[in-house]
Amino acid sequence: MTERKQSALSLGEKIRRQEIRVKEAVDAAYQKISESEPQIHAFLTLTEEYAYRRAEEVQKGIQEGRYTGPLAGVPIAVKDNICTAGIRTTCASKMLGDFVPPYSATAFSLLEEAGAILVGKTNMDEFAMGSTTETSAFGVTRNPHNPEHVPGGSSGGSCAAVAAGETFLAVGSDTGGSIRQPSSYCGVTGLKPTYGTVSRSGLIAYASSLDQIGPIGTNIADCAAMLEILAKQDAADSTSMDRSDLVGITQAAARADESLKGFRVGIPQEYLSSQIQPQVRDAVEAAAKALAERGAEVEIFSLSMTDYVIPTYYLIACAEASSNLERFDGVKYGYRAAAYKGLHEMYKKSRSEGFGEEVKRRIMLGTFVLSSGYYDAYYLKALRAKALLKKEFDEAFAKYDILIGPAAPTTAPKIGTSLQDPILMYLSDIYTVAVNLAGLPGLSMPWGKDENGLPVGIQLIGDCFQERKLFRAAACLEEDRPSAKNTVSEKSACDGIGR
Amino acid sequence: MAEKLSMDTIQDIAILAKLELSEEEAKKAKQEMQKMLDYVEKLNELDTGSVEPMSHIFSVSNVFREDVVTGTDMRDAILSSAPHQKDGQYEVPKTIGEA
Repeated sequence: MTERKQSALSLGEKIRRQEIRVKEAVDAAYQKISESEPQIHAFLTLTEEYAYRRAEEVQKGIQEGRYTGPLAGVPIAVKDNICTAGIRTTCASKMLGDFVPPYSATAFSLLEEAGAILVGKTNMDEFAMGSTTETSAFGVTRNPHNPEHVPGGSSGGSCAAVAAGETFLAVGSDTGGSIRQPSSYCGVTGLKPTYGTVSRSGLIAYASSLDQIGPIGTNIADCAAMLEILAKQDAADSTSMDRSDLVGITQAAARADESLKGFRVGIPQEYLSSQIQPQVRDAVEAAAKALAERGAEVEIFSLSMTDYVIPTYYLIACAEASSNLERFDGVKYGYRAAAYKGLHEMYKKSRSEGFGEEVKRRIMLGTFVLSSGYYDAYYLKALRAKALLKKEFDEAFAKYDILIGPAAPTTAPKIGTSLQDPILMYLSDIYTVAVNLAGLPGLSMPWGKDENGLPVGIQLIGDCFQERKLFRAAACLEEDRPSAKNTVSEKSACDGIGR
Repeated sequence: MAEKLSMDTIQDIAILAKLELSEEEAKKAKQEMQKMLDYVEKLNELDTGSVEPMSHIFSVSNVFREDVVTGTDMRDAILSSAPHQKDGQYEVPKTIGEA
């Protein structure tokens, strides 16, 4: 069993044994938040009133045996594109700057039912469109490992909160890498589940065929515990699947197998290209070697569609975004311009003033590729490329149990360097977007640091519905990685309580 | 060759997207979209003649059920999010009989 001093599961266990009161856990989270936030700015909204009210309810519920789950009483952070009833949900956009949803996302309701305590809503790229959290309308989030650098995006706030020790667990969403890439930059563990595993009801949509909610934590077992809570089929999301196969995954993820004999691992040769930072390549090779030392068969193969995934992704994602974001019209909720003449001008002014630059850029591109005369050449072409990519992954998973590669080509870039050249920023998603296009599960975990002290991440990719294989390999890697110490800050929200 | 965008196309797209672009913004949008279109041109290297477009990853079929009302009445809660409301309804600028 790995070190559990600083984990959501160990905190949850202490709370269940009543060694720590829920209120104390919440106090400790806010204490850490008040220390770190001036520097990091991971949160857009802190929910003290809600958190302390829930702390009392959950404490009572634990004593009465109503809350028995592993995360009952554990403080969590939730990305601000996930609706929380009665709690401001902004999508980091002026468009939803004062939006208070009347209902909760299914994912959040499930966490509430499990007794997890929301301490705040986290910063993100506006409408999850960006790779650095710099497109937020409410200011940048800084990387806890080096505040000059970005935390990645779009779930940058959730990953930074976990990396800074403000909470042990956070919820993110991943459309093209938005959980895995910031997890890599922040030195934390994040999972994008198989499409359909977590209900999207109440997740403010970016690209519906690609969006998926997932856990971010300091270790594999914590992420598995949150996944087990989230993975419930939901009538409110027609793409949601029955994942009862994931019941018990928390226990499975907590144990590393001595032997991986017979386990087949593929490394796409395109994922070790010359464009990646040497330390990132070294990390992938070292992790593959560690798996081989446990008896896994590791092989390099070609995933030739890799060159085409970025154009495919941006055409599909922008098309869906332009359609999804039509709902922001200044009528039903959100921002309405102050002055306008007539209905049409109200629409145009509200949208132009409410949306930021990157969002408008994607809406324009998406509208174009869906417009009459261009639909076949761009949008349908991308859907055909997606079919080819899926086929190539199917062939790969006929040969391998998992694939291993980087989560991002580099460690976290400096703040202010990414947004000038959108295509260059989009290219940083090259190792993550394919997973969303093919609906696969992908897990990012830390593997050492570069010479500037910035975390390096690796990514494990599984076939659809094969999260168990990812967790099996990841649990081994967690034991085998250099300095098996966690890369989270030394002092964190569990310190000083219940020892 | 990638489609060459004109300013007229940009203005047409802005109308469809319900966005108001200043002349400067429109110029910038044209430049950026042109770059993206040139870039996505790469997909034309792929022979997709016999490939069906894939919209869903998993095969999906229609599921039928009785149409039973299950939601609760959230009218007031939902209306409270509207920027302007009047008499329990959304309020929008006059659209019929405009001068």
